Amino acid sequence: MALLRLVPDDTKIRFMWLRKVSFPLAIVLGLGSIALFFTVGLNYGIDFKGGTVIEMKTQGPADVAAIRSTMSDLNLGDVQVQQFGGEDEVLVRIEEQPGGELAQQAVVANVRDAFAEDQVDFRRIEVVGPRVSEELARAGVIGVGVSLIAIMFYIWFRFEWQFALGAILTTFNDVLITIGLFVVLRLDFSLSSIAAVLTIIGYSLNDTVVVYDRIRENLRRYKKMSLTDLLDQSINETLSRTTMTSLTTLLALFALYAFGGEVIRSFTLAMIFGIAIGTYSSIFLAAPFLILFNLRSNDKSDDETADKQETGAAPAA
Amino acid sequence: MLYFARWKIAVITLVVIAGILTTLPNFFSAKTLESWPGFLPQSKMVLGLDLQGGAYLLYEIDKADYVQKRFRTLEGDIRSTLRDQPRIGYTGLGIQGESVQVRIRDLSQLADATTRLNELRSPLVNSVFGGQAVNEFDVNVSEDGLVRFTFSQQGLDQRMQSIVQQSIEVIRRRVDEIGTTEPSIQRQGSDRILVEAPGESDPQRLKDLVGQTAQLTFHMVDTSMSAQQALQGRPPAGTVVAMSTDDPPIPYLIAETPLLSGEDLVDAQVNFDQRSNEPVVSFRFNTAGARKFSVVTQQNVGKPFAIVLDNEVISAPVIREPITGGSGQISGNFTVEGANDLAVLLRAGALPAKLTVIEERSIGPGLGADSIEAGKLASLIGAAAVVIFMILAYGRFGVIADIALAVNVILIFGVLTTLQATLTLPGIAGIVLTIGMAVDANVLIYERIREEMRAGRSAISAIDAGFSRALGTILDANITTLIAALILFQLGSGPVKGFAVTLAVGIFTTVFSAFTFTRFLIAMWVRRARPTKLSL
Repeated sequence: MALLRLVPDDTKIRFMWLRKVSFPLAIVLGLGSIALFFTVGLNYGIDFKGGTVIEMKTQGPADVAAIRSTMSDLNLGDVQVQQFGGEDEVLVRIEEQPGGELAQQAVVANVRDAFAEDQVDFRRIEVVGPRVSEELARAGVIGVGVSLIAIMFYIWFRFEWQFALGAILTTFNDVLITIGLFVVLRLDFSLSSIAAVLTIIGYSLNDTVVVYDRIRENLRRYKKMSLTDLLDQSINETLSRTTMTSLTTLLALFALYAFGGEVIRSFTLAMIFGIAIGTYSSIFLAAPFLILFNLRSNDKSDDETADKQETGAAPAA
Repeated sequence: MLYFARWKIAVITLVVIAGILTTLPNFFSAKTLESWPGFLPQSKMVLGLDLQGGAYLLYEIDKADYVQKRFRTLEGDIRSTLRDQPRIGYTGLGIQGESVQVRIRDLSQLADATTRLNELRSPLVNSVFGGQAVNEFDVNVSEDGLVRFTFSQQGLDQRMQSIVQQSIEVIRRRVDEIGTTEPSIQRQGSDRILVEAPGESDPQRLKDLVGQTAQLTFHMVDTSMSAQQALQGRPPAGTVVAMSTDDPPIPYLIAETPLLSGEDLVDAQVNFDQRSNEPVVSFRFNTAGARKFSVVTQQNVGKPFAIVLDNEVISAPVIREPITGGSGQISGNFTVEGANDLAVLLRAGALPAKLTVIEERSIGPGLGADSIEAGKLASLIGAAAVVIFMILAYGRFGVIADIALAVNVILIFGVLTTLQATLTLPGIAGIVLTIGMAVDANVLIYERIREEMRAGRSAISAIDAGFSRALGTILDANITTLIAALILFQLGSGPVKGFAVTLAVGIFTTVFSAFTFTRFLIAMWVRRARPTKLSL
């Protein structure tokens, strides 16, 4: 049986040459995301902004307009009503009410009273008060920051500083662009989005580390080869694996996106995008960074430390 | 790399068998499991609130309210202390922001006043710092006669701690009584209580039951003027206006100090009134309460008194005859459930302080079931896609990778079941993601073997080199993801934590199944088939 090959065996694509395109592109996308973040801003969910989310199921197709007018009679400020999944399912978002924790609780009681019990099934009610949302936002920022730093230290410990810096910059760029996507698509940015971002960090680094591993190996094997050629060869060698893994992961995620239900759809979408970006960046950004940081300038000491670490981690065959 | 010692084979086999055995109970009903022999594991996976429905309620002690209440008591204590013989003249006694202040008129009495007031600092026995006594209040005496009481930080912390503890006990008594579900009630931080009730279908009722202070008090009704007059003018000293629970509420003018309170109750039950057949709550006082009640009712025959719950009058009957038996009943237009809940609240006692809901998430059972179905479907389709893809890409080796993947998923479920970790919807997403990423290790190994073959190695030596060269990469790649998962676990709550757990567990099982177990399967095959060329 002929086996499926995504990438031919001996590719010789000159990726390093492409850095003239990929670097400016990364910078534009990264800066663009930052600009979007500060001008348009994220569409924060109740986890970080406080407020109430109510998911209800009506008998028969939902009359969104009627629900919207019932809600506006309640005078709850900014209220969004939208179809959510099936045509009898509706999601209502209500902004945080002024007046502290107790005011949020009153919302739920009011909404419950406004709909007849036998007409509407309240499938999900989530209320986050101002204090909790503040704490969750802080925890989220700290979490992303701490994990970036922790991973950077791990890579620094396993590789040279150029690798650590390259990996962190690559990953940081991925995070920025993912956040840019959240802004552009107006996706709800919630606690599970933080989970998605952290997973993307993990995955993107995973990819980058595989490429770096090969670069380190080739640095020892081909002492005479120019750095650009060596990086090109390393990426070409790992290209088959990089695309294979991305594809299997994406296959699983697409299944989740299509069949996993409305609740986690934006979570999965962010993840799909992040995996794509992570794959792109580990090919087009991670390695060229090493040229930027003059990896070869102190070749000799590199090799010595690398050798030592290699024997420590994996017994030779 | 392809040689396995006997004991290693034994360990690998045992791990797989243990995985299967611990996963198995999830596929059977609780009833079938009962008939299983006792040595087999029988626990099932714990489903999160988002999958089985239920309520998550985070409460915070209303510190400001408690401080106000405590200050008011302190104010009364200061007043009575200074009025003791010999009296000490004072002025300006009152609550000023974060403190209670009083000014001693005659500075010559200041020393005496200080001694007396120092008694009110209320030493608390500190259990945390080895039984050392801590004062609840700091007292600051300035030379011009101003005495200020403020909460000492340690004193307030300790108060909060004991309030949280008492509240948890009260809440537990309350929810145990309704007994439909088994909620977990935990302290969180210094002044928070988390109530999680999986499977609770009526979160609103749970909320009403848990959050209500349920301070029951009995007051005489002041008949010297009507409540309307008191509302418009000034109520007489020592009285307040309280609203009733009727719709629309009726005001009552009642004595500020209660005659008796809920602490004097020993029992409360739902009964039906013999005449009207309406549900009522009958209660019984303890001996001290019964005596007090009997004296009060003897002195006040013909006068009304008010039964007040959390500052709302639920009933204001007229005392028809002295009640000496120490029992009575409350009729307040209750529904059966309302009467039942009140009885539960009275039996369980009042909360020591007001609780505020600061985070609430409740999921109906229907949505949970839908989520499980969607999760199952997505996992099956995702897994099928990956399985087919691997076979297309790697042929025989793809089949081996798929077997390893199956073992991997079984192990994830086994570990999650054994740890009794909670499976949430994002947790299922974590498993699906793991399915996608698990084959990464296989891909790394296989691609490496292909390369080694191209470099001219023989089949067996290529396999050998492929495994050993890929190991370092697999470890590096998985440790970075593990770091992200651990941090996610630290900061996350509920669903997100569930995602972190499956991701982390998935990393460990992946390294075992994709590296060790795959290698084992390939070694078996190599030993049997002795291949010279690999179709890879």
